[in-house]
Amino acid sequence: MTLLHVENLCAYYQTELYGISRTVRAVDGVSFELFPNEIYGVAGESSCGKTTLIKVISGNVKPPLKVISGSVEFQFGSYGVDMLHISKEELRRNVRWKQISYVMQGSMSVLNPVRKIIKTFEDIVDTHDQITDKKKFLEQARDHVNRLGLPTEVLNCYPHQLSGGMRQRVAIALATVFEPSLIITDEPTTALDVVVQRGVLQMIKNIQAISRNTVLLVTHDMAVHANVADRVMIMYAGRIAEEAPTETIFNASLHPYTQHLIHSLPMIGERSDKAGLRGSPPNLANPPSGCRFHERCPFVMDICRTEIPEMVSVREQHRVACHLVKENTL
Amino acid sequence: MSATDKLLDVQHVTVEFRIGGLVGGSLLVAVNDVSFSLDEDRPEIFTLAGESGSGKTTLSRLLLRDLEPTRGKVLFEGRDLATIRKRSEFKEFMKKVQPVFQNPFETFSPLRRVDAYLFDTALNFGMAPNHRAAAQVVEDALRNVGLSLEEVSKRYPHELSGGQTQRVSVARALISQPKLILADEPVSMVDASLRMEIVNLFRELRDEQKVSVIYITHDLATAYYISDRIGIMLRGFIVESGPVDDVLVRPFHPYTKLLKESVPEPAPKGRETWAKSITLGTTEVKEYGRVGCKFAGRCPQVMDICREVDPPDVQVERRMVKCYLYTEHAERLSPG
Repeated sequence: MTLLHVENLCAYYQTELYGISRTVRAVDGVSFELFPNEIYGVAGESSCGKTTLIKVISGNVKPPLKVISGSVEFQFGSYGVDMLHISKEELRRNVRWKQISYVMQGSMSVLNPVRKIIKTFEDIVDTHDQITDKKKFLEQARDHVNRLGLPTEVLNCYPHQLSGGMRQRVAIALATVFEPSLIITDEPTTALDVVVQRGVLQMIKNIQAISRNTVLLVTHDMAVHANVADRVMIMYAGRIAEEAPTETIFNASLHPYTQHLIHSLPMIGERSDKAGLRGSPPNLANPPSGCRFHERCPFVMDICRTEIPEMVSVREQHRVACHLVKENTL
Repeated sequence: MSATDKLLDVQHVTVEFRIGGLVGGSLLVAVNDVSFSLDEDRPEIFTLAGESGSGKTTLSRLLLRDLEPTRGKVLFEGRDLATIRKRSEFKEFMKKVQPVFQNPFETFSPLRRVDAYLFDTALNFGMAPNHRAAAQVVEDALRNVGLSLEEVSKRYPHELSGGQTQRVSVARALISQPKLILADEPVSMVDASLRMEIVNLFRELRDEQKVSVIYITHDLATAYYISDRIGIMLRGFIVESGPVDDVLVRPFHPYTKLLKESVPEPAPKGRETWAKSITLGTTEVKEYGRVGCKFAGRCPQVMDICREVDPPDVQVERRMVKCYLYTEHAERLSPG
């Protein structure tokens, strides 16, 4: 059973200004599946298409972003949704927040600074599920916050009275009021420091363990994936470079980019020389030909410059798009 | 040791901010009795690490003379920064101490070419008499960071990658041939694949240009990778400081232990210990306002005395720890 099936998705930003048209190929030919009850990590540098991918999955496609081809299909139990052709009304009524919720990077911008947290709770619950009994709602909100291990006093606070980590956890609490099937978290801990980061990620893990739903965790921090995710997808310049269970990604990765990402991480207690990667991430308005990583790849071959590498299944659950791997397996 | 042996000597500085209205309000001690020093003849990388709100940035503003301490003194080359009054003297000081900021795209105006900043710095500090001579100075500084004038001239910030822009901002800091660079979170906005090249750059500056670096960060892994000594900050205090091999490999202070444990290891094998649940401080002001050790509310080894009086600085082996757990085993440096 799959929760989400994404097939050959291409989503481009197309702008036309004073007769100059520009296409940024932010997501280019991405296919993957999400299963119920797992934490799926998406890793990649800034401007590799992570956020665009999430926008399309959560039904947030607004110009200049356009879906060129592909399909995004959800299966929430017996309720199937074609995300690219769903009406706005249905999306709002049945899908958003109830089936898919979204935790963003800056939780400060989610919470209204002039309203108490409980009022924000009320607003969200009311838009998706009319509140008839206010007392009962208050009780439910308190229960929910308690269950997630937050003190109930936070409900009566204004956002500025809470610390950054607390605000982020409140944002997660908000995202889970309806026990959605999929929680999308976009860089949930990037602005936080290590101790708070640990607390927030533990909370996400706990929620997942209790409600057995799916968490899509997007972050550029490989160390976070190592500790939280069950499976990890590595994106580079709008394409999937590699996808495998976390253990495999860290111990037996095959794509040179993945290998670099892992080996360049400094660790306490070990001080061997770590090098940066030459060059810089490509401009997606004019991506390199062939493999998009070839300009920075230490193992570049002639074929990489001209031909786009196909996705190869190396073994179960492990896919790589690299000519090196293809050569070795054939 | 006389004061002149020290490049930078921070002596018991405290910075207080008053928050609240005219009546009432409370006192927030952002930096609390902090002391450390850097030697003149031995360039090193000193890291100040801590959570957000621990006073790292306030301390760096203090060292740049952007802020005056409420109590205590900051001596640079034996001179108290508070005595710098004249503009010319301040310029001399800025020549020797240069900052590198967090976000390379905010350092430079998007409407101005980056090389203009380099030439301005060279001319303002009198490193060159005219524009033509300045080109040589700029070229030299850029070469130190692995760039050339050709690559950056006539370029706007958006035309360079984050890593390149950050290197240009380091080059700008190097133009006046400083003795000390203050880098406030210099890699947190840079992409993962480019981060290590910036970090390596600071190491090269120390070894080849003999520049001391104060590296302010919350990332303990890169701190371990490049620095010689480290100071761990918590709510205005430096709770533990010493050689990085001692402090980060075998931490003594309970807070440093928690910090080290919380750094997610980039390998799936440590998942179990990392998932052990922890208590977080709920609100910022609560911990700042606490009497005694600021960590007492979260410390697993808390004692009664911790909640009453600020712990003293205790010298244990080669490091300094601000914790009552170690007072009995070592001689007291200063009473609480």
